Amino acid sequence: MADVTGHIVKSFEQELSRLRSLITDMGGMVERQVALACTAVLERDADAANQAVESDPQVDALERDAEQFVIRLLALRQPMAQDLRHIVAALKITGELERVGDYAKNVARRSIVLDQFNLSPTLSGLAHMSLLVQENLKAIIDAFGENDAEKAEEVWRSDEAIDDIYNALFRELITYMMEDPRNITPCTHLLFIAKNLERIGDHATNIAEMVYYAVKGEPMPEDRPKGDSSAYAVVRPRE
Amino acid sequence: MNETEQPPAIAAMQARSSETLHEMRISMRGVDFFYGSNQALKGIDLDLPNRQVTGMIGPSGCGKSTLLRVLNRMYDLYPGQRAEGQVMMDGINILDPGIDLNQLRSRVGMVFQKPTPFPMTVYENIAFGVKLHERMSKSAMDERVEWSLTRAALWDEAKDRLNTSAMGLSGGQQQRLCIARTIAVRPDVILLDEPTSALDPISTLKIEELIDELKRDFTIAIVTHNMQQAARCADQVAFFYLGEMVEVGSATQMFTAPRQKRTQEYITGRFG
Repeated sequence: MADVTGHIVKSFEQELSRLRSLITDMGGMVERQVALACTAVLERDADAANQAVESDPQVDALERDAEQFVIRLLALRQPMAQDLRHIVAALKITGELERVGDYAKNVARRSIVLDQFNLSPTLSGLAHMSLLVQENLKAIIDAFGENDAEKAEEVWRSDEAIDDIYNALFRELITYMMEDPRNITPCTHLLFIAKNLERIGDHATNIAEMVYYAVKGEPMPEDRPKGDSSAYAVVRPRE
Repeated sequence: MNETEQPPAIAAMQARSSETLHEMRISMRGVDFFYGSNQALKGIDLDLPNRQVTGMIGPSGCGKSTLLRVLNRMYDLYPGQRAEGQVMMDGINILDPGIDLNQLRSRVGMVFQKPTPFPMTVYENIAFGVKLHERMSKSAMDERVEWSLTRAALWDEAKDRLNTSAMGLSGGQQQRLCIARTIAVRPDVILLDEPTSALDPISTLKIEELIDELKRDFTIAIVTHNMQQAARCADQVAFFYLGEMVEVGSATQMFTAPRQKRTQEYITGRFG
């Protein structure tokens, strides 16, 4: 756990906590964006979809603010050790969050297309996946805000469950497409939606690695057990 | 994590690097130092790797300058000051009373915080020390002066004023002259005690560039209050506090992920 002793220069201490809240604010905004996108898909809520798409420029603006602030801190304060690690982590995390925002926007847009189709397939796998992804995203932003390396490690480990659901969904959706060609358009969109959510989970694990290094000063000890295996998946029609 | 416990990744990295580490120019073991009854250094174990720069950092009074003064027995000039322990250089403990101090000081040169040119010409400033140790012809001495000034990155500025007083040089030039004077006797080790604290930023950068050049031929120990300077110049950094060496490691490790809480607090400005 990073120490809590304050910096001798109080204004630097204030700047460090301002940077922290810039990132957690951005994280909160992205969390809401993802939640709206998931609601849009699962509850066919076009308003939520529009809100998710419309909040993207704000996320981008926050990323630019954080970036400017970090460059200023590096130039004027020449931070060392844990300060340096946290500032660099903050800079990288804004990039990750911005990507998460883009994925959320993409999910929201696809939900509008999905609205035009009558979907026979069940969305329960997707619902479960969206829940886990949102939990991980929230947990990792909290972990950054609280300097909690253990929490970061938990997030990092729990991404495996998200990958498992994604791999199962991949097969399930292909099966629906084989059963009825009319399913191809909505299922392709659903596949991309699932992939986007899976990628959001991956960004949360990237952030977890950054938080862990910022707090501990050493990289996360091992490689993640496994990831998306759909790249090797083959589903054949029954004869 | 326990503050004295090393993270396994760093311990493994150190084990690897110690296998490939350069031979040690100076090895200190259990060095204690006393100003009268006041103990200023406590059981210091530190190696200076050959042809590398070791930076010594720590708050005022932590013992870092005292340690430099041990390495060329500068303290011998003052009664009541004594060092104990081992400082091994080429198999000899330089703390032994029987050691030839003039010879030691020609092998371990020192440059101080304020430039200290002698009140003589630029040429004589360099030739003076050389003459104490070596006899040589005028042309050989000319060569040595040029070599030293060139290595100290002062030749171009000083070559047309070799016979004018060194006191007319700027502060930064005077400091480079002192470095030229030190390397003129071809030492093995150069000790720099806050060599740039009296200099402007450009002169400081010139000295730092010079340090980078000089480490090809010399082993260097630099005491500095400027953390960024230690980060820029040093290969290895040692942090001292209250007469003890708290931590030593590569500059990268010390400034990105120090192992000890006190080191971390000091280098991030949270001391006290």
